[in-house]
Parts: sequence; C-alpha cells; structure tokens
Amino acid sequence: MTTAGITVSGGGAGNSPRRSLEAPSPRYGEKTVKVILAACAGLSVLVTTGIVLSLLSGAADFFREVPIHEFLFGTTWAPAFADAHFGVIPIVTGTLNIVFWALVVSIPLGLLSAIYLSEYAPNRVRKTIKPMLEVLEGIPTVAIGLFALMFLRPFLEDVFPFLDWTGPHAIGVAGVAVGLLIVPLVASISDDAMRSVPRGLREGAYALGASKLRVSARVVFPAAISGIVAAIVLAVSRAIGETMVVLMAAGARPQITFDPTKSAQTMTAFIGQTATGEISFGTIAYYTIFAVGALLFVMTLVMNLFAVRLVRRFREVYE
Amino acid sequence: MATDEKPPRTARTRLAVAGARSSTESVFGARGRGDRLGNRFFLAFLLLGMAMAITGLAAMIIWAIIEGSPRLSMDLITNGPSTLAPETAGYRPAILGSIYVIGGVIALIVPLGVGAAVYLEEFADKTRWWNRLIELNIQNLAGVPSIVFGILGLAFIVRSPLSLGAVPAAGAVTIALLVLPTVIIAAREAIRAVPPSIREGSLALGATQWQTIYRQVLPAAMSGILTGVILAVARAIGEAAPLLLVGAVTFVTSDPSFFGPGFTTLPTQIFDWARRPQEEFQVLAAAGVLIMLALVLVMNSFAVWLRNRFEQKW
Repeated sequence: MTTAGITVSGGGAGNSPRRSLEAPSPRYGEKTVKVILAACAGLSVLVTTGIVLSLLSGAADFFREVPIHEFLFGTTWAPAFADAHFGVIPIVTGTLNIVFWALVVSIPLGLLSAIYLSEYAPNRVRKTIKPMLEVLEGIPTVAIGLFALMFLRPFLEDVFPFLDWTGPHAIGVAGVAVGLLIVPLVASISDDAMRSVPRGLREGAYALGASKLRVSARVVFPAAISGIVAAIVLAVSRAIGETMVVLMAAGARPQITFDPTKSAQTMTAFIGQTATGEISFGTIAYYTIFAVGALLFVMTLVMNLFAVRLVRRFREVYE
Repeated sequence: MATDEKPPRTARTRLAVAGARSSTESVFGARGRGDRLGNRFFLAFLLLGMAMAITGLAAMIIWAIIEGSPRLSMDLITNGPSTLAPETAGYRPAILGSIYVIGGVIALIVPLGVGAAVYLEEFADKTRWWNRLIELNIQNLAGVPSIVFGILGLAFIVRSPLSLGAVPAAGAVTIALLVLPTVIIAAREAIRAVPPSIREGSLALGATQWQTIYRQVLPAAMSGILTGVILAVARAIGEAAPLLLVGAVTFVTSDPSFFGPGFTTLPTQIFDWARRPQEEFQVLAAAGVLIMLALVLVMNSFAVWLRNRFEQKW
C-alpha cells in the first residue's frame, strides 16, 4: 500500500511539467560582480608572475655577463669594485649564519612557550599571553634592528667578554635579534599544532597512568610534529628573508666567517645596501640585485611549499 | 560460532601480555618521587623559556621608551630632518610620507583583499585547477620575503610598465601587494566562519547570491575582516625593506606629495638616522622608533581585542 503510493506520486511528479527554477532575467549584474571578484583573486597570480618575470629578466641580463658557475661557486663577493668578483658564497654563508643563530634562539624559546601554552597554562593565563605574542609579532623590524645595534650588541659583549668583539656590527647579534623576532611565530604555530591533537590521545595516556610531563613530551609533541616542523621551516624562511635587522646590525662586509662577533653581509642586506646607494639603471650592480633576489626567492619558495604541505597534512589527520 | 569461552592462556599469550605491559610501563609508568620532581622541573623549564621569550621582546619596548623618551616633543612631529641640528630635527616629511603610503595601501587592500576573499569563499569551485592554483599562490605569496616585493616594485612599478617613479604612490602599490595575502587569508577565515544557514535563509527568501553576500555575509564577517585589515596596516607602517628599493631613503626636508618624487617614510627615516655614527642621531632614531611602536602596538592590540571581542559563536 505505502510502496504503491510512493510510486504513484513519484511518477506524477516526473510527468507534470517542471517549473523552471531559472531566474526570469539573465542577471548580468550578478555575472559582472563575479567577474570583478575573480579578477581580484586572479591579481595574486599576476603578482607572482610579475615577481618571477622581473627576477628572471634581471637575472638573465646579469648572467649574460657573469657565468652562472662563477656566481654560484665563487668565494669572493665584490660587485662594486673595479676588480669585480661575483661569487655568491660569502653572502649565502652570511645568511646561513643568521638562520643558525635565529634558530638557536627561537626553537627552544618558541617550543617551550608553545608546550606551556597548549598543555600547562590555565585558560586565563593562555588568554592573556596568546594575544600578547600576537601583538609582539607585529613589532617593526627596523625597531628590532635599532635595538640589536644599540642595546643587544653592548649587552652581549658584557655577557660574553671573552669573545673577540670588534666594530659595531656582529652577525651573531643580528641572528639573535632575528631569533627574538620569530619566537612569536614559532610559538603560535606550534601551539596551534599541539592544540589540534585530539583530547582522546591525551586522555588515553592519562588513563594508562602517564604523568603530565610524559603526555606532553611523548604523546602530544610527537603527534604534533608535522605542525612543529612546519613552524620551524617557516621560521627559517622568515630568517632568510629578514632584511632590516640584518642590514642594521650585521654590517656590510661580505666575508666567509662563522665567528658570531664578526661583521658579515647577507643576501638581503646586500640587496638593501645596493639599493640605498646610488645605483644607475643598466649597470652590472643593478642586475646583481635581481640575481641575488632570484636566489633568495627560490630558497624561500622551496621552504614555503614544504611548510604548506606539512601544515595541510596535520590538518587532514586531525580535523 | 562465537563462544563465551576465553581462549586458553598459553605461554605465548602470557608472554605477549607481559611484553605489552612492560613496554607501556616503560613509556608511561610513573616512577614515584623522581617522576614528580621531573614534572616540576619540566614546568619550571617551560616557564623559564616563555619568560625569556617575552622578556626579550619586552626589553626592546622598554629600551625604546628609556632611550627615546627624553627626545619626545612636538619638534619630533613638526620639524623636518636636519643634519646640522639633530637636537631639534624631526620626522615631519617622514610621517607625511608614511600617511600617503598607508592611505594608498588602505585604498588598495580593502577592495582587492575582500573581493578576492569573497570570490574564493563564495564563488570559486574548488575542483577547478585555476582556483586551486590561486589558493596555493596566495599561500606562497604570504611567505615571499618583503625585499623581493621591493624588487618587483623597482622593476615594474617604479620603471615601466607602471613607470610611477620613486614616489609615494609606487611605495603604496608595492606595500599593498606585500600585505594583500594577509588580508585575503584573514578575510577568508572571517567569511568562512559565517554559518551556511544564514546564506541559505537569504537565498530562500529570494535574494540573489550577490545580495546575500553584500547584505548578510559581509556584515556578519565585518569584525574579522576589519581585524585582518588593521593587522595588515600595522605591518605596512613598519615595513621598510621594500621601500628601500622603490627609492624611499632620500634625505627629504620638504613635504612630499602623492605623485611627487622624493619621499621618505617613518621606518626608512629611522634607518637613515641609525646608520649615522653620532650619538644624537641614534637618540633621534630611538625617538622615531617610539612613535612607530606606539602606533603599531596600539593598532595590533586593537585588532586582537576586536577579534576576541566579536568572535561570534553561531
């Protein structure tokens, strides 16, 4: 009886003339709006294309005069001298120095803060500190640079008087300052990663008699590891691209050194330095900006793609 | 076929149970007082780490206040820069330059950022490759170093095809492109947080999609979007690296205009003072940092407050 009724009504609906759900007019306005909005979104692709094009065309002009192997493997960087050398290794090691010292500062401080915030902090404390970190994340880099140059450098000299301090610029000081700058970034991404670990995992471990230390260190931390690695990768990318702090506190001497008290130039500092000098369009010094910029872009792009993948993975697993 | 009988406890199962128990104990087992002490130490260690992180950044702010406050006066805002009289020199052209740049940035990022976010959240079909490309592209742009945007500005905005020259407008376009991804990401999150029932209700009453977005979705997402815009503007105020490349470091003593050559901004002027070895200029730079920090921190705090205040649980 019921089955028959359904068949009849279903058949009836199928046979009756269907009312159109289409709008009576074509609604050109709606379509125009959609096209305009799509153009706004598409602009970002245009920007990337613009960046790649400007870097490539400038770099192409540069490599027409300087062989690519000399650029990548040369150990002397002196583009402005009469006897010009274009070996990029010294400014790349400068950048690596910065990355190293920045990580030495930001990984322990950032991760300890994140574990505290996600596992230990009472809700009230968390609600005060998390926004505070977010606000501190926005401190202008020029301010940090000046702080590094005028305060951190003399301060670290007092703390480590046995090191061989010379001159006002030191790559280690700049690195530590960059590290301070990215602590909030590392802390807030790792905190998010650890908080997205499901409660069940924690409760399971507690039920087995685990202490809080063990739950944090052996359950939550490993479960959040992809997000934490993503935070560190983003921190590396940020340290590579940081300009003002390095320009102000690390000096402008391109040299291969691993002594944190010495002045050394980084890739970003070179670009900034060259740009603030008098560069005339079409000279080789003008094109070095693009070659170094292209290398910088490739390095950070690889890091970012890697981080995006990692973040996506931890989201897929737990949400 | 199922039986209630327990399987016989053979030597093998006993061994397996013992093995599982001992490995569980070795990972999770509490070890009396030693473990409790370990817990205390760990917590102390965590607190130390966080205290150091916050002290480091707070020291920066306190240092700027101590170093810069003796120099705080109206001179700082009303006077232009001078190398001869650093005691009375100020930031007037730099502040005006910053205002022009930030004005331009706001005018660009609000429509472009919100437009892109609305498209991606409300219109884009996620299965199409171009929409996925746009999304990935925005994520990557957010991570491109700011100085690379400066290179883009130097190559395409200062020179052809836009050919603006080294003017505040060129700086505004460059910085706007730099902070645009942040605005888009924040606006998307805000739009996504508006529940589908609101859209469905509006559509069911006969509103078109654009009417639904404009009258329902955007007002509901307003506080989130505003937060994103304020954070982006705060970042734009302090951004100096790309401006070095679009020519904002010239020593400017007269007031700039939006399309007139020769401009400087607050952060680039601070950088310029900081490069000089004399003590007076360093103090002047610290005073500039103080102005900038006050602006940026107030804006950031307001944005974070706004977000937490209006975070709506639907």
